[in-house]
Formats: sequence, structure tokens, C-alpha cells
Amino acid sequence: MAVIDARGIYYRDLNKQVKELVDAGERKVVLNNINGQRYLGDGLKGPARLVINGTPGNDLAAFASDIEITVNGNGQDGIGNTMNDGKIVVHGDAGDIIGYAMRGGKIYIKGRVGYRVGIHMKGYRDKQPTIIIGGSAGDFLGEYMAGGRLILLGLGLEESEPVVGNHVGVGMHGGVIYIRGEVKPYQVGLEVKVFEANEDDKRELRNLLSDYCQEFGYDLEEVMNAQFSKLIPVSSRPYGNLYAY
Amino acid sequence: MALSYKNPEFLIERDYDKCINCRVCERQCANEAHYYDEDLDKMMAIDKNCVNCHRCVTLCPTDALRIRKYPLEFKENYNWTGEMINNIYKQAETGGVLLTGMGNPTKKKIYWDHLLLNASQVTNPSIDPLREPMELKTFLGRKPERLEFDQEGNITNLPPQIELETPIMFSAMSFGSISLNACKSLARAASEMGIMYNTGEGGLHQELYQYGANTIVQVASGRFGVHQEYLDAGAAIEIKIGQGAKPGIGGHLPGEKVGEEVSRTRMIPKGTDALSPAPHHDIYSIEDLRQLIYALKEATDYEKPVSVKISAVHNVAAIASGIATAGADIIAIDGYRGGTGAAPTMIRDNVGIPIELALAAVDSRLREEGLRNQVSLVIGGSIRNSADIVKAIALGADAVYIGSAALIALGCHMCQKCYTGKCNWGIATQRPDLVKRLNPEIGTERLKNLIRGWSHEIKEMLGGMGINAIESLRGNRLMLRGIDLNEKELEILGIKHAGE
Repeated sequence: MAVIDARGIYYRDLNKQVKELVDAGERKVVLNNINGQRYLGDGLKGPARLVINGTPGNDLAAFASDIEITVNGNGQDGIGNTMNDGKIVVHGDAGDIIGYAMRGGKIYIKGRVGYRVGIHMKGYRDKQPTIIIGGSAGDFLGEYMAGGRLILLGLGLEESEPVVGNHVGVGMHGGVIYIRGEVKPYQVGLEVKVFEANEDDKRELRNLLSDYCQEFGYDLEEVMNAQFSKLIPVSSRPYGNLYAY
Repeated sequence: MALSYKNPEFLIERDYDKCINCRVCERQCANEAHYYDEDLDKMMAIDKNCVNCHRCVTLCPTDALRIRKYPLEFKENYNWTGEMINNIYKQAETGGVLLTGMGNPTKKKIYWDHLLLNASQVTNPSIDPLREPMELKTFLGRKPERLEFDQEGNITNLPPQIELETPIMFSAMSFGSISLNACKSLARAASEMGIMYNTGEGGLHQELYQYGANTIVQVASGRFGVHQEYLDAGAAIEIKIGQGAKPGIGGHLPGEKVGEEVSRTRMIPKGTDALSPAPHHDIYSIEDLRQLIYALKEATDYEKPVSVKISAVHNVAAIASGIATAGADIIAIDGYRGGTGAAPTMIRDNVGIPIELALAAVDSRLREEGLRNQVSLVIGGSIRNSADIVKAIALGADAVYIGSAALIALGCHMCQKCYTGKCNWGIATQRPDLVKRLNPEIGTERLKNLIRGWSHEIKEMLGGMGINAIESLRGNRLMLRGIDLNEKELEILGIKHAGE
């Protein structure tokens, strides 16, 4: 295990240092006093584990493959941008566009997230990415989603605080979104249909959530003991009739 | 559906004295414009299905076929042309957005044709490229203010560059919009000619990784097929912001073209539309663009130039200046005549500006701001021949992208129906029976021939001007004169009128 005090280190130098350590065979790097440094874990070739103490900057783990990142703090925008594989656990809130075009791996956020989270998520056969959010999410959750699984739990919210914003799943043509609780029809895009999760869905949810609950110390039974809405695309070709040939 | 008012565009004429009922035309036509009538023992045609792609004409063994413009005259009207009327019929029947393929065909001024090149007479000698060395080699990437050397004389501060044997590259065309055989032809030709091709937004098929050293990998708003291995594979990375054929909008690759292989490469369900939104949702400003540029540089250890491609729009000079300061190494600008697999007709024909004006404006602006050396300029949309290239370089481009011209070399007949996925020439299709019509060996040779021919022509034109290196032509607008251009046009192009 290597420990770096990142206070005042420019991101480019810091990332270079981390990369060199991992390339030399180091499997665990602890970064203390992180304060807004961008691109941590970006293009890092694992297997490796980063423990980030502080608040990392934008594009944490962009294009990441085979790395595990624990953030003890909040995250900013663009976590797991076009991420291919691995696991990111954020013990706090996170910003916008988390998991943009994510292709595989897992992102767990303990608290709330901002706008356009999980947009353009991909999926091919058994390679399906997963994003699980403990708190609430802003508008355009799962926009243009083409694959993978997005789960929103709405835990620990204020009274009357909405679990999700508007335009959920607009342009969605693959994958699935689960939202713990109810979603109003006006909140979802035209391309999405809302169902109540059935027993099969609950089994899948239990599967996906057990690891998540373990990470954050939530009681799985308590989390599961609620109604879940399941959002899936109406059509795999939402804009198939848009054009005059 | 009630009776359609749409008229056929083309008329299929068959010379029955020559037709031998071999049914080649029927087998070759994915649009089903030909059929054999057993009762009549005759080949027949359905004119309205014909797109005028010439496949049947080219393959008819007895030259029995002619395709003509359908001889149906509307009452003469300068305003309401037949095309306008038919478009309204189409939309009244479907309620849809008019869709088309390839570049803007409308009658607007083509500035290349109003530019004339210089040649040496008496006062300095012209050079014959057949007998004297002539340099077309081009390096794309950020150039340092001054060079620094180590003890052995090696340059120590040169940012990453891509090296081209001739200043021509194949522009971005995705696997999905075009077939794997078309991609293979482009990739092989690029690698054998020492130039680059560009993946477009379709990811990189496994069979194409071997051509990585001659590949520009694109990252666009849908991020299809983007992952570390893909970024590592290319010689340069291009962020696609816009495309000349459809500035300001995204792209929908129709589900008809998303087969198993495309589905795997893009990681989307088979048969679904591949949706690329208009903006990158992580880029709403120049600062955000900088963030993606540096995310890509970080991911590839600052070893590859990063290009940013935009379409030529009204404020292109200011935007290019922003892109240069955001840290791009190459700016690619695509003019409004640029091709595409599918674009809404109204966008294609009405949005954006000519590349000639955009290029001149951007080059001037970057010079004024002292930024020109920080970026290379690549332009496209539309380069039709080698003279267009020479003019582009004299106006300030470092290299050009060719897309439509490359596809025409592969057999495209500009029928503009790429979006149907029924390309009879095996180019803009994913149907296996059609794809196999394009032999990548032959395609590679045809593309190589085009690059070879054009490169030689460029040398001839350079030699005529008494110049022996393309570097000496770059931004050398004194080699250009305008013809039939007004004062404002000459001012923007930064050139004199012929005779001055």
C-alpha cells in the first residue's frame, strides 16, 4: 500500500505519480487531502484500488477499467465518464453526468446526485453497467439509456423532497431504471413505460442491492421493504417514425 | 394508406432488343425496381422504386438499361419546383422530417471554382516533379514556439504529431453508417499510403485494430465504442462536436443498419437506433471542452494529439480560437457541403457556411491572435479534386479530409439514399448480401489510386508555382486570385482579384 499526501499537488503530477505506482505493481494507493484534483484514476490500467480521502475533481475514473475507487467524501461531475469496468463507491453526494456512456462496472453513490446521471449507458449481452444512488437525482436521469441498470433509492430525504426530477428516461431505448417509491407520469419521458416491480424484478434488485447495502451499512431488508417502480423503454426505436423517406 | 401523390423520380428504360431476361438487374437491385413477369416472359420495372444508383446499368451484360429523370413536368414555377411539391406530398403522407443522405446539392456558390492558382513564368523557374524532389509530407499537431535540443541533437520539446505522406486524410465515417468492407478499404489504403482514416462515432471493429497507427479514433456525443483500448489504438483522438452536413444536431443511425456486429461494437441492442445527441452533455462551454480534451490526454499519457471537429458556422473564427486555447492540437472544420449518411434535408441545405470562407476566417483569426502554431487546421466538406486541396492549403489548411470523394472512389454513385441501408454498392449498408459486393482488396487499390493521382497532381501544381514543398504553400494566399467575387468575398478570403 502506498500513501500520497496530495495537498497542493497539481492533478497532472498527481496522476502521473499514481500511474507510475500502479504500473510498478502497487495494488492499493491511498490519496489523502484530495481537494478538487481532476481525472483521478483516468486511464489507469488496473487491477488497482484507490482510496480517496477528500473531494476529487471532475471526471474521476473516466475511461476506467478494472479499478476500484473508494471516495471518503463527496464527488463532483463526470464520475465514471465512459467507464468500462471496475467499481466506484462514493461515501457522500455527487454532481452531474455521473456514469455518462458507462459500458460496464458499478458506481455506488451514498447520497444525492445532480442532473443527467446515467445518460447514454450502454450494454451488450452480459456486460451491463450498474449505477446505484442512495438519495435523490435531478432531471434527465437515464436519458438516451441504451443498456445497463440504474437504481435510485431515495433514502434519507427530507419530507416532501422529490426522489427524482423530470424527464426521466427521455430517449431511452434499452436498459432498466428502478426507482424506490412512486414516479408520477409527468416526471418520465414519452419513451418510457412505468410498471410496479414484480417478484422477478425484486430478486434482481435484491441481488444488485446486497453489495451496495454492505458498502454503506444499510439494512437490505429495510431497503427492499418498499414499492419499486420499474421503468423500461416503450420501444427499442423511439424515433423510428420520425422521418419521411 | 390512401393513394400516394408522390411521383417517381426516375424512369427505367429497357431496350427489349438487347434484354436477354438474365435477371441480373433484379438480383442487383435492393430497392426492387426490377422484376420478371412470367406471363409476359419479360423483365419489367417499377419506376418509383428506382434511386438512380446505376448498379443495374453497370452490371447489365447487354447494355440494355437507361435511367432517365422522370419526364414529368410540373407547371412551370420558379418558386414551386417539382422537388418542393414532392417534398410536401411526402410529409403530408407521413408527418415526418425530410431525410436525405450525402452532402448539400443545392445551387449555391462554390468558392473553390472562383479561386485561381498561380504559375511561374520567366521570373522564377517552375519545377518538374517527375525529375526533382517534391515534399508533400505533413505533420499535424501543436508546434512549439521554439525548438529545444539535447546533446545528441534530438528535439526534446515537440508535442505529439501525426505524420502524413500527403496532406489528405479520409474523414470520419463510422462502422454502422458504412460497411465493414468499406472501413477495411479505407483503413488499408490509409496504412499503405501513410495517411490517416477516421473511425467516426462507430467504435473500432476488432479486425481494424491492426491499422491503429493510421487511425484517428473519434469520441462523439454518444460515446459509442469508446474505451481505453480504443483510445490507445489510434494515432490521434478526435472529439466530434459537429459535422458540416448537420451543424447543431446529433445523429440517428437507423435501426436497419444496427446488426449484430454494429450492436457489439457500439454496445447497444440490435435493431435499435443508435442515438447521438446534439451536444456532448459534459460540454456546455469552452472550459468543459478543455475538460474532455485533458481527460483524453490524461488517459493516453499526453502521447497523442487531440483534434476537435466542428462544423463551419457563422462564428467559426471565434469558436476555433476558443478551441485552440482549450488545448486542442488539431482543429477540423467541416463545411456545409460535407457528406453524411443521414441528415434532415432542411438542416443539410440551410445551416452552416461554405468551408472556403470559414477556413480563411479561422486561419486569419488564429494568426491575428498568435495561436496559429498551436494548432493544425484540417478542413473538409467538400473537397472534390486535387485543385481544391491546393487552394485549401494556400488559404491556410494543413491538410484536408475527404469523405464523399473516397466513397465515390469505392463506387458510390451519389444517389443520396445512404439512410435506407440498401446501398447497392455495398458501402452504406450492413446487409451481408450487399456488403460482400464491395471487395476490400479492390476498394483499397481504388482508394490508393485516387490518393496517388491527386498527390501527383498536387506536385504538378506546386511545381508550376515554383514551389517544391507543401509547407511553402501553406497560408500562401498570394498564390490565389479570385474571379467573379465581390469586394467583401475577396476581403474574407484575403486574396486579390484576378488581374490585380
